[in-house]
Amino acid sequence: MKYLTNVTSLGFFPDACTGCERCVEVCPHAVFVMSGKKAALSDKDRCMECGACARNCAFGAIAVNAGVGCAAAIINGMVTGGKPSCGCGDTAGECC
Amino acid sequence: MLKSEAKKMSSPCCAKNAATAPLAAAVSSDWTLREYLDHFRCRISGLRMRYAVKPGLYTAGNPDKNSDVFVSANYKMSFDILRRSLKGMNVWILVLDTKGINVWCAAGKGTFGTDELIKRIGASQLENVVSHKRIIAPQLGAPGIAAHIVQQKTGFRVYYGPVDARDIRRYVEAGYQTTEEMRRVKFTVWDRLVLTPMEMIPAIKIYAIYAALIFFIMGLKPSGIIFKDGLANGLPFIFLGFLAVLTGALVTPLLLPFVPFRSFAVKGWIAGLVFTFLGIQNISIAAPAAVFSFLFFPLASSYIALQFTGSTVFTGMSGVKKELRFALPIYMSGAFISFVLLVFFKLKEWGIL
Ligand code: SF4
Ligand code: SF4
Repeated sequence: MKYLTNVTSLGFFPDACTGCERCVEVCPHAVFVMSGKKAALSDKDRCMECGACARNCAFGAIAVNAGVGCAAAIINGMVTGGKPSCGCGDTAGECC
Repeated sequence: MLKSEAKKMSSPCCAKNAATAPLAAAVSSDWTLREYLDHFRCRISGLRMRYAVKPGLYTAGNPDKNSDVFVSANYKMSFDILRRSLKGMNVWILVLDTKGINVWCAAGKGTFGTDELIKRIGASQLENVVSHKRIIAPQLGAPGIAAHIVQQKTGFRVYYGPVDARDIRRYVEAGYQTTEEMRRVKFTVWDRLVLTPMEMIPAIKIYAIYAALIFFIMGLKPSGIIFKDGLANGLPFIFLGFLAVLTGALVTPLLLPFVPFRSFAVKGWIAGLVFTFLGIQNISIAAPAAVFSFLFFPLASSYIALQFTGSTVFTGMSGVKKELRFALPIYMSGAFISFVLLVFFKLKEWGIL
């Protein structure tokens, strides 16, 4: 299943890529594939902005504005003026 | 089946390998009947949050210095699914303090994260417990963990295992190789079904307020509240409201791939429109009330369906923000116009207009 197209904040900078394959290992939607000695994007629109790839790329070849794709969390963030958060902090109720 | 599982458990394991690892507590791979029941309650109630295990190092089976180390969240349900998947294996389980939250959510929040992992590796003196430098973390924990930093600070290399703990055995047997399929998150009808109680419960709470309000408004007369009128005139709206909740929280999530368009707000609106239409066929309702119904209920269903973005595994923040940018103003004006319509009908009913 795919969500909206052309919205993801995912950015990939092949010049910095060393081909370590971490991004391919961590992405739950197979957005990254190996193409020769470097990573490449297969289908950007499948990205859910979880941030796993960027956090695990030791070479800074990936940037993404990671966050929760959750309406309640985002409305929460709009109301409080903070970062979107699902309210499942240290004490609050259930989440996601 | 539950019973036999429970029986198996009546002779608890424990303390057998306490000598080999004084720091670790032993756990069984089997679930008790009690745990089956707790998991069920966990799915349907707010219990999820406080359902936690103590962070630290555990053993499953009889692990030694060469055994694998698996990392888990301290949400008891995640931990239980992991230990059951490890049945028959001799391994270490390193439980992080994620405040009782599952791996995926905790990774997003950073509690299933680099710092916590480094801290637990230190606290459990993992380098003395095992002689190798491998730890296996769930792939869905990757958003919180920078593997290269963990390796820099502790020497342990993080391997990301399969998304689903039930694939762990295959992963280990294949020589720590995940297949492409093990790495992908799936979102089956079953996955969606177990999530719907969490959609229904908050929606039902708002619905109860809505039903009381409708009853009050419909029964309201210049002379006071007439109970009989409240019931007679309110019931169709209470019924349609219930349909909207069902459509948004249950039907749309279940039929997600089959409802047209990608936007959840649009999906919920379309499903709501269809069900309002079907619902109206079965009740007698005046024309102005039908106008109100076709405006209000599909929007309510759309709003509820949009909440399901929080449960899915493929909606990103930018996408949901985009939806909210166009949907929120529509919800607000829809709610406002619905309210004006209602006041208008009431005044007409009282003969004031
Ligand atoms: S993790 Fe970074 S360096 Fe490694 S393959 Fe992916 S983009 Fe390239
Ligand atoms: S942010 Fe998540 S979903 Fe998007 S490419 Fe990176 S790992 Fe994949």
